Parts: sequence; C-alpha cells; structure tokens
Amino acid sequence: MSTAIRIHDLGKRYFLGGAVPGREYRTLRDTLVRPWTWFRREPRPVLWALRHIDLEVPAGQVLGLIGRNGAGKSTLLKILSRVTEPTEGYAELYGRVGSLLEVGTGFHPELTGRENIYLNGAILGMRRAEIARKFDAIVAFAGVEKFIDTPVKFYSSGMYLRLAFAVAAHLEPEILLVDEVLAVGDAEFQRKSLGKMGEVAASGRTVIFVSHNMSAILHLTQRAVVLDRGRVVFDGPTADAVDFYLAAGIRRSGERVWTADEVPPAAAPFRPHALRVRDPKGRVTDTFAATHDITVEWEYSLAEPIRGLRVGIYLLTMRGEYVFTSFDTDDPAAYERWSERPAGHYVSRARIPGRLLNEGRYVLAVNASTFGHRTYFHEENALSFLVDATGAVGFQWPERRLGVIRPLLAWDIERVAERPRPSPPERS
Amino acid sequence: MNDTPAPTHIIRPPRGWGIPDLRELWRYRELLYFLTWRNIKVRYKQTVLGVAWAVLQPFVTMVVFSIFFGRLAKMPSDDLPYPIFAYAGLLPWDFFAKAFNQAGRSLVTSRPMLTKVYFPRLAIPLAAIFSALVDFAIAFGVLAGLMLWYGVRPTPQIWTLPLFLLLALVVTVGASLWAAALNVLYRDVGYIVPYIVNLLFFVTPVVYSSNLVPARWRLVYSLNPMAGVVNGFRWALLGTPTGPDAGMALSVLIALVVLGSGLVFFRYMERYFADRV
Repeated sequence: MSTAIRIHDLGKRYFLGGAVPGREYRTLRDTLVRPWTWFRREPRPVLWALRHIDLEVPAGQVLGLIGRNGAGKSTLLKILSRVTEPTEGYAELYGRVGSLLEVGTGFHPELTGRENIYLNGAILGMRRAEIARKFDAIVAFAGVEKFIDTPVKFYSSGMYLRLAFAVAAHLEPEILLVDEVLAVGDAEFQRKSLGKMGEVAASGRTVIFVSHNMSAILHLTQRAVVLDRGRVVFDGPTADAVDFYLAAGIRRSGERVWTADEVPPAAAPFRPHALRVRDPKGRVTDTFAATHDITVEWEYSLAEPIRGLRVGIYLLTMRGEYVFTSFDTDDPAAYERWSERPAGHYVSRARIPGRLLNEGRYVLAVNASTFGHRTYFHEENALSFLVDATGAVGFQWPERRLGVIRPLLAWDIERVAERPRPSPPERS
Repeated sequence: MNDTPAPTHIIRPPRGWGIPDLRELWRYRELLYFLTWRNIKVRYKQTVLGVAWAVLQPFVTMVVFSIFFGRLAKMPSDDLPYPIFAYAGLLPWDFFAKAFNQAGRSLVTSRPMLTKVYFPRLAIPLAAIFSALVDFAIAFGVLAGLMLWYGVRPTPQIWTLPLFLLLALVVTVGASLWAAALNVLYRDVGYIVPYIVNLLFFVTPVVYSSNLVPARWRLVYSLNPMAGVVNGFRWALLGTPTGPDAGMALSVLIALVVLGSGLVFFRYMERYFADRV
C-alpha cells in the first residue's frame, strides 16, 4: 500500500515568554527601550508542544488521534495543514490536504449564505467551478434552502454551524484532517455529520481524526495514536489505544487537584482547585454502591467577579457518550441569586442520586463558562468513579443490564380482573 | 507502478531569506478574487449611498480643497483650474492612503483565518489593496467628467498613465507588506500607520504643485515615492511641467526598494503569523 503521510522526527517549540496574561504581544516600546535584546537571545522558557514524532499513514487509512488537552493533537494537525511551521523534522504529504480544523472560517455575517459558501469554499482551497458543482448538495446537506440569500447574521446558531460544516464536508481532498467538528449542532445533525465522515472514510481517502469522543473514534478508525505531552505514547489498533488512553489518563483516586501550572493563563480570573466525589458519609472515594448518593464537589476561586458564570459537570460513560450536563445555576432561583459571582473562594456541590446510574465506570468533565460568551475552563476526563452493582435496581437478577442509567421507576401493578379477559376478535 | 512517487508537499522548518511563493499565489488567484470581492461587498453593505461613497469622498475633499487652498490661499496650480488639479492628485493619494490603512490592519483582522487554514498569506493584504483599487477606478470616472467640464484635453503622454498606476501599486504593496507583517508582532503599527499617512500627505504634492519646492531640495523631496506617483499622474493626465526627471527616477528606485524589502520581510515574518497574531 502506498503512503499518504510520512512524518519524521517532527517537533514544534513554543517560547513561553509572551504568554504572561495582559502582555500577550510585545509592544514596539518593549523592543525600542531595551535595544540590547535586539541581538542577545535571552534564555526563554520553552515548551515542546510536539517532539520526536515519527508516523507513517498508508493511503486510505483512517487514523484516530487521542490525548488529553495540551497533548499536542491540535498542534500536529496545524503543522500538517500548514497553518504553522515545525521547528524540526519534516512531514511528507502525498496528495491534496483539506482540513476541518474549525468550521466557518472566514464566514462573514453581512454576506448571504450563498456568498459565504463561495467565499468559504475558496478559503478552504476549492475552485469556483468545483463549488458551483457542489453548491446544491451543500445547501441540501445544511438544510438552509429557504435562507440561502439571507445574510448569515440572521441565521440561528444551529443553521450557521450546519452551513459551515456542510461546505467543509464537501471538500474532497485526498488527505483530510478533522478536529472535533462532530461536536457541532443538534443530535440529528451530528448523526448526519458522523455519517458523512464514515462516507469519506469508506471512499478510500486518508483521514486523521481528532476527538475526545471515544465512541466516534472507535466507530470511525481502525488505528489510533495516543499523544501525551507532545510524544507518541501508543500506536496501534483503535480498541487497544482507547483502552490504553482511558487506563492511563484517568485518575482513580476520587479526587482531581489542579496545580498552578496545569491551569492555562487564559482561564483567569477563574482558577480551579479540586474536583472530588464523596459518598454519603463524606468520604472521598473512587467506588460507590449503586444505592449511594454521589456528591460531586468542585472547589475553585475567582480573582475577579464574573457576571453570568456557570460552573458545571458533564457525566460521560467510558466510551465517551454523554449521560447528562448540569450547571450550578440551572435552577432559576440560583440563576437569579448568582447573576454576578463576586471574587472569592467557592465550592459548588451537586448530588447525583443513588439508584440512577448503571454499574460501571463513569467520567466527569468540568466546565466553567458564561453562556455564548466565554469558556474560562474546560477539562475532559477530569475524574472518574466506579458504580458498584451492590444493591442496584434489579439486583435480584444477577445479569448485566443494558442502558446507561438504571433508575427505579415508579411501577404500578394492578390486578383489574379475577380472570383473563378474552382478547378482542380479529378484524375481518 | 512506482513505489515512491514524489510527495505533493514537504513540510519543513522554515529557514533563510527569500520572497513569498508567487506561483502558489497565482494558483490561489480565485481566493484573492473572492477576498477582494468580500471586502468591497462588506464595506458598502447597510450603507444608503453604497458605492457612491467611493466617489463622494474624494469629490467632497476636492471641493473643500478648492475653496481653501484654491480660492482663499490662492495656491498656484500650474495654470490649471484648481479643482481638476487637486482631484488628479487626490486620486492616487486617496488610493494609497486607503489601501495602506486597510492592508496594514488586514492580517490582524483576519486572525481566525490565519490560525485555522493554510493559504498564501500574501492574499490578505493584496485583497485589501485591490479592493481600494476598485474605489480608485470608480473615482477615476469622475475625473473624466471633470476634464470634460473644464475642457481639459488629454495629453499626448496619456498612455503612460498605467505605468504611474503601476508605480502607485508598487509603493502601496511594498509599504503595506511592511505594515501588515509588523502589525502582527507590534500592535503599535495600527496607530503609527494613520500618522505616517498624515505626515506623508504634506510632503506629497497633492494640494500644491511640486514647483513650490526649491530646486535644490527637489531630489530630497523625491525620496517620498508618492511624490513621483502624484507628479506622474498630473503629467500624464494634465500635462503639468514636472514630468519624468531625475527626481522621478529616484522615486521609482525607492518604490522598488520598498517593494523588494517588503516581500522579503513579509516572507520572513510569515512563519510567526499563526502563532503570534
């Protein structure tokens, strides 16, 4: 089989000098008033976002790329899509490269859907004739036929994302780089996008697919690479890679503590301290009986007041399916009460009732954000815990129950007659 | 079957000096077209007058200049009606000022594109300049009208006009590449550019004739390549006395240096755009 991508000893170094909050870029003054810095290279703290990456992807393979935030997945895709350049090593690409690093790049709110399709297509590297040929398919895929001549600023956010994804999905490169686009839109559209991805994969094109969604990775790829702090730590069949990643990446202590260097500067003024799960006796533990309430406790501080802050958790299965999302200001009363959260040290607690979850391991992801405005902090796989079947609903039958949750529903059994009623006669 | 075909592309760490890959830019010409078209379209969306702004701005400026510099200050205008004298100078000047301003900011305002997709980066400032060129073309139509109105006949050397337009482009592209690339690292540039434009206006013969400049200072004066552009425009269109001379040659030379160094500098800075913008 021929090779589509060959990567040799690839590395990307970043200097951390400019990353001080509030001083993101150098001003001319900084340079002018310190002329000695013109020629002398001060030793600056460096970060190797990627180092010593060796990888060969045969043509037609769909490769999954997994790893925690900051593991270097996005940096690798950015280098392969030529957005940024490597510091050392090289990568050879055999074929036209298309990337879905973020959908909607270059969309302009004042332009109509039609105009944006042409503009975005050109930015992604499509020829005008090619876009014209695919135009109807793109519009149909996005389901925006009626609004195609309306400026996209009047679109709902769902329509906007659908149109953006549709343009990108109709790019037909030999090598496709995909970063987490399936998190876009509603469930129906996600299913459609996943289907489109599967179609691309089946059509014999080479795909590198980055996702935190393990079930999508398992579904779409045959081989996966696990990255950790810029290095390849596992490379093999997807199922094994997912197991490796989940086993390595998950803390089993019932507690996740964030040290100062683990929190990106961009999170400020939000600063997470710890996430814990406690049993009804208040003990921090990894394992819960199915009957036990689970108290999720997130400790954090705010250096400045934040208006509209919501702090929440996502509960996921080990395979990456979402069980639920919950925020501490979901309740309208709490939403009113905490419309502006003053600076200070906080603990937000949530209780997951007993007899809700099925047996098995669950993963907590955390998020602190203001709606539609800014995400301060987000971490997938922050913590995991195990629900033990002891005392679970239906425990009288020692069998594996299907389903993510295992609730005790309020069943009612009514004996409506002494003897069975005759069934109604069949209609002729 | 050949087992090892040549790779379509090899990604390596950037090294050395050079100019941007112009053949690649040519392959992306449709992107350049769409970006230019977007700039024009977006600029006049939700405006009542629309493209009429491209005419209105230089026209009103010309009227104001005619009143203050022509009538009140009695500025000599090489024996031409002052309005037409001023307008012929304003045309290339306005193009330069607009394009330089917009192109200088263009990379920073295109941040999302720079950090997400690959395309020849040169397309961004060029699209800003080309969209200003469209305004120039529209405003040029008005000049034709003015010439008819004042009965000014085109000169025999009118054919040289495209050459001076080319010179204006060379200056504008060169200066814009410097500003746009520097702006990625130093946001100060965003404040400096309008200031430079204001200062250059006074050392460019837009409201006055370059004959006002004492002969021994002419050469120094021509170090500003826009002086050459404006003089050339008037000479080609209206037949003013300051035609191609040593000063003009110096302007051309400076313009070429600005363009060449701009291309090299832009190529050198390109590697930092995605990470630093």
